[in-house]
Amino acid sequence: MTGSETPRGASVVVIGGGVTGLSAAWWLARDGVDVLVLDKGIVGWEASGRNGGGCSHYQSPLFAEEQRLWPMMDDLLGYPTEHQSHKIIFGVTQKQVDYYKYIAATIRGHGHQVDDLTGDDIRRLVPLAGPNALGGLYAHTGGQANPQRTVQAYAWALQDHGGRILQHTPVIGFERIGGAVTGVVTPRGVIGCDHVLVAAGPQGGQLMSLLDIHMPMAPARAEMIVTEPCEIMPLRAVDGNGLYGRQTARGNLAYGGGPHEWIDEIAPDGPRARPTTPLVRNLAARVAGLFPRAAHLRVIRSWAGVIETTPDGRPILDRLKDPGNVTIATMSGVGFGLSPASGHALRDLIVDGACSFADISKLGLDRFAGLAPDWRQRKGWLTEASEEFNAHAALAG
Amino acid sequence: MSADGNLPNDRFSQVGRHLPPERRYDLVVVGAGEAGVKAATEAATAGRSVLLVDEHPLDPGLIGLDVPYLFGGRATAAVQTPSRLMEQVFAARPALEAAVESGVELELGVSCWGLYVNGPNLQTLPCPLIGLADLDKAWMVGFGEAVIATGARDLVLGFPGWDQPGVVGARGFSSLVDLYDAFAGRRVVILGTGELAVATAEAARARGLEIVAMVEALDAAQGDPARLAALGAPVLLGAAPVQAKGGVDGVEQLTLRNLADGTEQTLACDTVVMALGLVPQIELLDAAGARVARRAERGGFVPQVEADGRTTLPGVRALGDVTGVDGSDTAYGFAWMQALMAATPGDTLICQCEDVTRADLLDLRPPRYLGEPSAQMRRQSLTRLAEDGPVNQDQIKRLTRACMGPCQARRCREQTAMAMAIGTATALGDIPLAGYRAPVRPLPLKVIGEFAEPADLTNNWDVWFGIPDQWIPYPAIGTDAEPEHWAYIAATKYL
Repeated sequence: MTGSETPRGASVVVIGGGVTGLSAAWWLARDGVDVLVLDKGIVGWEASGRNGGGCSHYQSPLFAEEQRLWPMMDDLLGYPTEHQSHKIIFGVTQKQVDYYKYIAATIRGHGHQVDDLTGDDIRRLVPLAGPNALGGLYAHTGGQANPQRTVQAYAWALQDHGGRILQHTPVIGFERIGGAVTGVVTPRGVIGCDHVLVAAGPQGGQLMSLLDIHMPMAPARAEMIVTEPCEIMPLRAVDGNGLYGRQTARGNLAYGGGPHEWIDEIAPDGPRARPTTPLVRNLAARVAGLFPRAAHLRVIRSWAGVIETTPDGRPILDRLKDPGNVTIATMSGVGFGLSPASGHALRDLIVDGACSFADISKLGLDRFAGLAPDWRQRKGWLTEASEEFNAHAALAG
Repeated sequence: MSADGNLPNDRFSQVGRHLPPERRYDLVVVGAGEAGVKAATEAATAGRSVLLVDEHPLDPGLIGLDVPYLFGGRATAAVQTPSRLMEQVFAARPALEAAVESGVELELGVSCWGLYVNGPNLQTLPCPLIGLADLDKAWMVGFGEAVIATGARDLVLGFPGWDQPGVVGARGFSSLVDLYDAFAGRRVVILGTGELAVATAEAARARGLEIVAMVEALDAAQGDPARLAALGAPVLLGAAPVQAKGGVDGVEQLTLRNLADGTEQTLACDTVVMALGLVPQIELLDAAGARVARRAERGGFVPQVEADGRTTLPGVRALGDVTGVDGSDTAYGFAWMQALMAATPGDTLICQCEDVTRADLLDLRPPRYLGEPSAQMRRQSLTRLAEDGPVNQDQIKRLTRACMGPCQARRCREQTAMAMAIGTATALGDIPLAGYRAPVRPLPLKVIGEFAEPADLTNNWDVWFGIPDQWIPYPAIGTDAEPEHWAYIAATKYL
């Protein structure tokens, strides 16, 4: 996909080559829909490839479909995702253990088996756990996959089905005729379309403002750390102690959690930087607390990703009434694991006008209709630099 | 219903969560080479509080990982007890004594693993910070100004057998020989004939080591002819290493192939020193967000600096080889890589940590622990991916795992970029830098995590954002059960 000529239009143009947009495009391409994915940079480059890899979203209406699809994804896509089923969560404080019981009850409510674990059970099942393991759960569902491998798998699979991907192509406007969007404006020209899916992560709000639609979201930066590899545990989807994450198929421990930093706004060409902070120390302490027998492992990197959060922290999956050929999606910072199901739901919204397998009516944009314009200030979802640092920067600059 | 009160701040965010450092200095200098010691001494003489840190003598675990140099398993047991090398490292750098006398606070055996300043998408630090560590613990110091004088590391290129003990880099070699007096070899073959190789050979000769040969893949020797002649070592031109063989102690012989006529000769040796180029150690600066640019004639990616060393980070200067190495043109290393790729098979390792070969890289083959690739996967390749857009090393490393290991890509970053360029017929300068990440020294969890987290953070720690609404089971949303769920989550979840 090189050259300077304007790219050919498509029946459905997907804005955003993150995991949600790629999955939707894959579902569409499998159905024979002519689909084109536009990304400001490289597919899966942002939070879609920088997350904990968890596939256990018991709070979501898409949970059942998430659990149905993941075990089949390698075969459906034709590429490895490193998915592994089942999940252990355990605590090292009583408060953690109490909360994990609530999670266990929620998962049982979906009809899945969840076993309660004692400290001894945990030490038997999790070789890296130590004497401080108090209790937790073993869910016979959920699991984990490799985000980086999975996003590329979606990209390749949708291309295998005839879909197209155009990288390094930000969207800077829309063309409208009457109640419909007829094209998306890019630096390479206007790309015609019958339907647009906006799945642009933290850039989504700004894109929708070009259509005079308020899609409320607040971007933020979150951090993870990775250790050198160690011996593979029988079940690698293990977290707890206030952390999310996993042991990779290679054996690395990759975990995140703790404080995030709110970001004012993300430009259409993406975050200016994705810095990590000394939070690496807190995360290291917590990983060593979860896995005392891994405390000798070396931390080999940290990374940050920028994600968006809606005012209630829940997804927006909605086909708009006006323009009627625009569908919007944000998973509100919890998108990777649900992606097989969110892509299916979006395919249904775009092709059939309604989700075929779950009630997602509570995820519409209209729930934010009365939102105060200063909702971020009211929530404290903003960042102000310390005065001391600003003074330093002024002196040194 | 939800937490829409007029909160001044989100208690689950990083605002106010990064601790002020226990100690602050007017100037912190990282690296006690020539440039660093000079900057530290001048500042201390002018009455400023100065901390100068240097990671030598190194954590022996890092030496084993080839961090920061390619030590190639040729260190003697002396490096296992760094405390006993402290005086030797101090004595090997005479300027250190004057620095201390001028008032510089000197910390040897202390590595710097992170540089943190506020910038785009990071506004929550209390002041500019540097992360330090010794063998047992990590700590942060604050600075008014920082000088990054971290020097340069080895350019490493692979050939069959390069993953065994005895294949070392010029910097690894010189630090073992000159700084530690702990080099375990005796008969060396030097790859390269440029200034770096000549200096390496002279150091070897001064230590009474046997120089078996100097090898040049190009058709002409690159260094000063007079000094080369004075060494009296055989110089083999138009030749490349095609196989290092050895036993449990590593290299015992090296086979060279004449690139013109294909004839081979095998030399007995215990060490192969790669003296093909140096790479500026920009990792602290790159990870902190300083602007970097590729300067091929200066060793590759270097920070953008003003004449006085100022980087694009406020209060941070870069001095010495980290800003570029004179005479370390990447074109020379690239010519070597072309010769090696032409002369040696695709199953030559490119990434030791992750067991990735050059062919794996160019085929985008998933790691072997995932089993045999599917039919679809076998149709993919780096050249095919390049049709979707310019190749990017950070994208490729995620798929192949090349550059993802504990050496933090010090053995493979540059040769991976070169192989990508050669494999896709792309100019080397068009391959973006594979980004560096903190901690830029691989430190044990128990070392970097050894500190007292304030109770206020511990009590407001959430796994993800601290928004109870997010975790309410979908069926309960909008029902009478919702407030109960909300209250339970808000009361119980935060750990």
